[in-house]
Amino acid sequence: MSGELTFVDAVNRTLAHAMREDERVIVLGEDVAEGGPYLVTAGLAEAFGRDRVRNTPISEGAVCGVAVGAAQSGLKPVVEIMFIDFVTLALDQLVNQAAKAHFMSGGQLSVPLVLRTQGGSGQRNGAQHSQSLEAWLTHVPGLKVVMPSGAADAAGLLRSAIADPNPVVFVENKSLYFRREPVPDPAEAIPIGRAHMVRSGRDITIVALSRMVGEALTAADQLASEHGIEAEVIDPRTLVPLDLATLAQSVTRTGRAVVAHEAVTAGGFGAELAAQLQAAAFDYLEAPIQRVGAPYTPVPVSPPLEDAYRPGAEEIIRAARVALEWGQHDAEPWEKGALASS
Amino acid sequence: MDTEVAVALLRTMWRIRRFEERVAQLKRNLQVHGLIHLSVGGEGVAAAVCGQLRDDDAVYSGHRAHGHAIAKGAPLNTMMAELMGRETGLCRGLGGSMHLVDAEHGFMGATGVVGGNLPLALGSALTSHLTRTDQVTVVFFGDGAVQAGHFNETINLAALWRLPLIFVCENNGFAEFTSRDEHSTIERVSDVVAPYGFERTTVSGSDVPAVYEAFGEYLRAARSGSGPFLLECLTYRRRGHYEGDQQKYRDPEAEEEWRERDPIARLTESHVDDEAATAIEREAAAEIEEAVRFARDSPFPDPAITAGLVYAA
Ligand SMILES: Cc1ncc(C[n+]2csc(CCOP(=O)(O)OP(=O)(O)O)c2C)c(N)n1
Ligand SMILES: [Mg+2]
Repeated sequence: MSGELTFVDAVNRTLAHAMREDERVIVLGEDVAEGGPYLVTAGLAEAFGRDRVRNTPISEGAVCGVAVGAAQSGLKPVVEIMFIDFVTLALDQLVNQAAKAHFMSGGQLSVPLVLRTQGGSGQRNGAQHSQSLEAWLTHVPGLKVVMPSGAADAAGLLRSAIADPNPVVFVENKSLYFRREPVPDPAEAIPIGRAHMVRSGRDITIVALSRMVGEALTAADQLASEHGIEAEVIDPRTLVPLDLATLAQSVTRTGRAVVAHEAVTAGGFGAELAAQLQAAAFDYLEAPIQRVGAPYTPVPVSPPLEDAYRPGAEEIIRAARVALEWGQHDAEPWEKGALASS
Repeated sequence: MDTEVAVALLRTMWRIRRFEERVAQLKRNLQVHGLIHLSVGGEGVAAAVCGQLRDDDAVYSGHRAHGHAIAKGAPLNTMMAELMGRETGLCRGLGGSMHLVDAEHGFMGATGVVGGNLPLALGSALTSHLTRTDQVTVVFFGDGAVQAGHFNETINLAALWRLPLIFVCENNGFAEFTSRDEHSTIERVSDVVAPYGFERTTVSGSDVPAVYEAFGEYLRAARSGSGPFLLECLTYRRRGHYEGDQQKYRDPEAEEEWRERDPIARLTESHVDDEAATAIEREAAAEIEEAVRFARDSPFPDPAITAGLVYAA
């Protein structure tokens, strides 16, 4: 069976399913028993009791650490950090404890923990409630990092995240929360570490994360209808582990690539993608890999400023054209490079 | 409390009340955006505390900050323009409701990260200590912030260093949708700091003269360099946690009870005659309309300004 669900409902149903299947699964976080501000956990306390769906005080550091300890001792906690901006407060427990426990104990301990959070701009919430900080987490060996681009993927990937014996950071995007799409019931687990070819095309590869997958599809449609260019769109789905093979095979075929995310371009995960792709497909590249992301500033709150700040289909098209037209004009290469970096 | 002081505080309270009610309306009409947290019913604390401070005293606040900023002297026009994202806003449209700053009037900043303001305020008190000024720092925070690590780390340091800092907790018994008894076994925030040995007290936030007096006493002591102090004000949040909150947790009885204890109504009844009170309210409403006009007439900022504001020159 497959009905249309919002991203929020897909996550909600998957959590309920996991809690029903395995009583070691618990949910904890601020206001989770009341459903939270986006209603992602609505109804879980009523269905599974407030012992397993635990409201916590505003104590991100301790709550994340509690989840690590509970995971090491046999539970499967799904902890919610309401906005990824506050993951800063939980980083010590996540980075210094969760990520390293298995390694430092020589394999004795494991941390089957999911940290769910949401990021992204677009709701005029200002610089402390709109960030995309996933790149920090990918820099820490021991953490897995998952970024679903839609409701069905969220359901399938969350199943795998909960089943995983490692700490998995599950980064949702608030702009996707109320978009609907068909979601199978029950959702099949989608493996962590396998990319999804969303659209095939021969001329250029667009690797897009989370909300930018939809933007990449819009860009691809426009490139096709207005310029006759066929773009391949790939959603890595998981940043760590990364399915480099699927991405590299595509770039080997197309010879050109754009990597796109909502986070600030500089130091973003796009830099890692571009570096790995150029190492894997250097001989096949016809142009430097182009990066699309946000400018190097905090997220501004004023509507026209936030709109200008937020990368989307337009920026992807611009970057794709730089890659596609590489070498055709007589501008100096550094000028062309400057075109793509917003 | 003299009538003159009461009138001044009532004026501040009406300016906050009318400002916030207007902001709620603008939010519904999609002219103010984002997460908006209002303090309707709690204006007495902002007025009685900030009304005794000088411009060079520092105030730090959190996500529910409009009242504190207004009471500290932030102009209504630029406040409204900031909330409407305009170039003429207090922060040039880059901060917004949760991140207001008016350095000129000593409103050193609101923050959207609960508890994040507490250590900053201690840092400000350290500056007055080391530069030997008599400036006092005040930090406003909610009962929810007390459970944050920053709170516990900061009160320990504050007690050790004995700096001129006044912690003002607005305890409305809720953090978002969850009541205090789900977050702590300690009901009174003033009891949380008891073992640290600094002076503390709890008053009703709707009893404006009581807040004024208790804070005034701490302020005089802090002026001569002593501290820290903690003033807990019991308040009530008459609107949702944020605008748009469905408020399923609401207790209608408490609501009725607190409506009767509204700080504006109480102070008017005890200290200000009706005619004067009505005139104050009308003036405040007119000022707010002027602020909305000012904001609407102001352009949005040019996106090109952002890049130049990431680093100080
Ligand atoms: C570190 C952090 N965690 C969570 C949040 C989300 N949040 C915003 S306000 C709030 C409740 C704050 O309660 P309290 O401190 O009592 O202030 P009140 O809203 O009652 O004025 C929460 C959990 C946040 N802003 N910052
Ligand atoms: Mg509170």
